[in-house]
Amino acid sequence: MSLIVGFIILLGCQFLGELIVRGFSIPVPGPVMGMVILLIALLINGRVPDGLRKTGQGLLNYLTLLFVPAGVGMMVHFKLIQDDFWTIIVTLFVSTAVTLAVTAKVMMWMNQRVGGTEKAK
Amino acid sequence: MNFVALDQVWVYLSGNPLLSLLVTLAAFYLATRINILLGRTPLLHPVVISIVLLISFLLLSGIEYSTYFEGAQFIHFLLGPATVALAIPLYDHRERVRRLIWPVMVACVTGIVTAVGSTLGIAMLMGASRETLLTLAPKSVTSPIAMGIAEQLGGIPSLAAGLVLLTGSIGCALGPWIFRLMRINDPTVQGFTMGLAAHGFGTAQSFSSIGALAGAFAGLAMGLTGLLTAFLLPLIVALLGV
Repeated sequence: MSLIVGFIILLGCQFLGELIVRGFSIPVPGPVMGMVILLIALLINGRVPDGLRKTGQGLLNYLTLLFVPAGVGMMVHFKLIQDDFWTIIVTLFVSTAVTLAVTAKVMMWMNQRVGGTEKAK
Repeated sequence: MNFVALDQVWVYLSGNPLLSLLVTLAAFYLATRINILLGRTPLLHPVVISIVLLISFLLLSGIEYSTYFEGAQFIHFLLGPATVALAIPLYDHRERVRRLIWPVMVACVTGIVTAVGSTLGIAMLMGASRETLLTLAPKSVTSPIAMGIAEQLGGIPSLAAGLVLLTGSIGCALGPWIFRLMRINDPTVQGFTMGLAAHGFGTAQSFSSIGALAGAFAGLAMGLTGLLTAFLLPLIVALLGV
């Protein structure tokens, strides 16, 4: 039964998230709001129920698989991608590299300033 | 015995959710095997290989994407609960997250401004159309959020989803290399950076190849980036006068 309990909690939080997002027309996806709700619930509850941990870990282990159906959807846009092909490729590569480098640098620097650096486990 | 013509059976099966689900799982399994054979190279992420395999399969068999998605949506649907489940690793590492809250917030805002600014800047310099520009803008954000933002700005939501996935795999390929170049070993920094620049892909990769702590920070970065970008992006676009 533990898998069922886990799914009830996850889907319940997602449902609540959708409800809040649509109700107040907040420009954030329901699942992200659901994640915030679950985090608050866990902080109040003080521990992760066994069923939830099992279900959650199962889902997170296969997170990449879940992106495949949406990715296959790129085939519908071959024409558009072809038109701006080099722009898209160069932009994605350069901007992603710059973002990675800047974010890592800033966080390292901030970590040292705050003095919160710890040895990696 | 009465044999039904094979093409009739095919017509029935190709429109059935069963086939889409089966080929999606089979493609992913095969892609993972291929990736292991290639020494787990991040350059050819299993997701990228699976997508290429599936697109080839659909083109060869003449099955429409919409037909395929009718079956594959059962896998796609699980993205929702999986996103919610990211709260679990965050909760597990709550003490560390609390201690690092300032670095996290500052890094997140700088990262988003860098991601959006560099994307729009480079694409504008290369003369991309306005539509492409606005579709590229939310590329660092996880697909469901990016689709919403692209639509709001006047881009193409479904293409935005595709570009987000490309960004994810590019981030996974470049990340480890950039970390080595910059000598970054802290798993919290690695995870957070991957989650910010490469959303769900970066998060998944952080879990599988760096560890649960990096995964938790990647999940945090992905959620925060999604939330903040939804608010910041319209502002940045207005400021740049796109």
